[in-house]
Amino acid sequence: MDKSRTIKVDYLARVEGEGALYVKVKGDQVVDCKLNIFEPPRFFEAFLRGRRYTEVPDITARICGICPIAYQMSSVRAMESALGVTVDGQLRELRRLIYCGEWIESHILHMFMLHAPDFLGYQDALQMAADFPEQVKLALKLKKLGNDLMTVLGGREIHPINMRVGGFYRAPDKAELLPFVEQLEWGRDATAEALRWVATLTFPELEHDYEFVSLSHPDEYPLFDGRLKSNKGLDIPIEDFDKHFEEEHVQHSTSLHCRVRERGYYMVGPLARYNNEYEKLPAVAREAARAIGLEPNCRNPFKSILVRGVETVFAFEEAIRIIRQYAKPARPFVPTEPRQSTGAGCSEAPRGICWHKYSMDNNGSITSARIVPPTSQNQGIIEDDLRRLIPGNLGLSDDDLTWRCEQAARNYDPCISCSCHFLRLNVERS
Amino acid sequence: MTTKSKPTLAVWKFASCDGCQLSLLDCEDALLDVAGAITIANFPEASRAVAKGPYDLSLVEGSITTAHDAERIHKIRRQSKFLVTIGACATAGGIQALRNFADVAQYTSIVYAHPEYIETLGKSTPISDHIKVDFELRGCPINKLQLVEVISAFLNNRKPNIDSHSVCVECKLTGNPCVMVAHGTPCLGPVTHAGCGALCPSYNRGCFGCYGPKEHPNVESMSRQWLLMNVPPTDLVRAYRGFNAYAEPFRKESESHG
Repeated sequence: MDKSRTIKVDYLARVEGEGALYVKVKGDQVVDCKLNIFEPPRFFEAFLRGRRYTEVPDITARICGICPIAYQMSSVRAMESALGVTVDGQLRELRRLIYCGEWIESHILHMFMLHAPDFLGYQDALQMAADFPEQVKLALKLKKLGNDLMTVLGGREIHPINMRVGGFYRAPDKAELLPFVEQLEWGRDATAEALRWVATLTFPELEHDYEFVSLSHPDEYPLFDGRLKSNKGLDIPIEDFDKHFEEEHVQHSTSLHCRVRERGYYMVGPLARYNNEYEKLPAVAREAARAIGLEPNCRNPFKSILVRGVETVFAFEEAIRIIRQYAKPARPFVPTEPRQSTGAGCSEAPRGICWHKYSMDNNGSITSARIVPPTSQNQGIIEDDLRRLIPGNLGLSDDDLTWRCEQAARNYDPCISCSCHFLRLNVERS
Repeated sequence: MTTKSKPTLAVWKFASCDGCQLSLLDCEDALLDVAGAITIANFPEASRAVAKGPYDLSLVEGSITTAHDAERIHKIRRQSKFLVTIGACATAGGIQALRNFADVAQYTSIVYAHPEYIETLGKSTPISDHIKVDFELRGCPINKLQLVEVISAFLNNRKPNIDSHSVCVECKLTGNPCVMVAHGTPCLGPVTHAGCGALCPSYNRGCFGCYGPKEHPNVESMSRQWLLMNVPPTDLVRAYRGFNAYAEPFRKESESHG
């Protein structure tokens, strides 16, 4: 009997960035498991020093082409916190609106183009399109709606140019936004309908009592405001992140591993938000979940594809709400004056919390920068999931086991460019 | 038509944010048509499938920042009939080329607890510093419509129809009032390559150079104008040191004020 197997994926596909997986199995024990991130470091935290605080959102956007708004939002929120500036009213609503655009674009991309092919045994969405043309065409249309929303508010979908500390460079007229309402209503209903199809996929068994960490706001499903909470009792202001979380630099990764101090790895992203904040979803999103039998508590990471769909329904509904009540603000931004200060900002990137902290001097020149992206926080959990998943799946061939491991990593929509850093799967069976 | 008769496209990544290759997936209206006309032989961001070279067209995103990548790009060139670089990282070194003006060892120690685990080169360099490049598509990010044009051009053996004028000209074409003249807002539009459609001036802000220097930019005159507008020289240096900091005209001009 083959006692030992090695699973290796040298370059994990359908994720953003460069990473690998390496798993070594002896008998039915996983003896080694690494998510190896080899994305070359780009040193954002170093070259941000000496830049002016107003330039930071344009620079941090370049950490990730998939979720630039997350980086811009966390940056501007941190600066505003440092300077004691509150951005509320319609400017805050516009920020929620552009973030909804990013959630729609990113979630639909991941659900249909990056993750669904795993469930159906296709190499990619283009192959899948030969057998499921309607689903792929629908996904492209939905994704485009998200991108269109980002474009009308941000100028373009990748690295938008309209976000600034204090608000926006230009606020749209209501007439620019109103034509979206009808399309967004269609998008909301089409997503809920498409979810019924997604729910017919076969979900591998894997459940665990995770620590789910997400932002929590008293009145709304979280995007960029609130306290950091978990289902294990964590409840802290975002400024206290360092007191409760630690980052570890391990040899096999250019991305730092995060853990809750003295407790261990934790999960961020759709599953965490859904489990922690289910009650704050609008009725239409809860109904979309109920219609496919998705309980308010979901601990199977393979079902994150469903949760992304529910969150997409939320994002459409929220966008519709915002546009309907919108009135163009008198000025597009709140002015800011630099002073020596430090501030933290945190927002819910589609794949989980993105935490930033900056200090500046009296001239507004950045003196220190810290950025904790979502994927570095999920790295430990991804490795843990593989350890838990493999023993029950050793009956699979090497190729199928490798694919299953890749699928499990993709549950997290890992954005390795963000975490600074991609994925290779090596399954070694010795 | 058999699969073999379709031209093959490969997409490669080096140090980057993935945004430029994402532009291909963002061509929602054209994606299935493009995919029908070509064979996507290597595109890890979208597919597990990998077909062996040679490839008719390689798109390269990202800059060279490691010794391993400096080797890898030569292998890709050898397998590619045409090779096009996409985006500011691949054409100019990207934002990560800011290290080229600093000490990378110090950078590593700022970001990582164990600098000894990190393998990186002292400079982030554009692809054309290492191999022959057939066309450079600029932008941070690239314009997706220009990307479709470039793919179409190379697969049909014609020259891509990409404007090489400045953002300043795009503003005139768009009908924007000049933000420098009308609002006194410093703008890099006169020296920056076209491609974005003059986005920033359309949103009440000055161009900050995403598409890098246009051909023969008059950067000296640009700088003189900014200084006349009472922009401090340190701000001028930082303006040139953005996503295209290591592109020669911007690099030299920033060094002459730094």
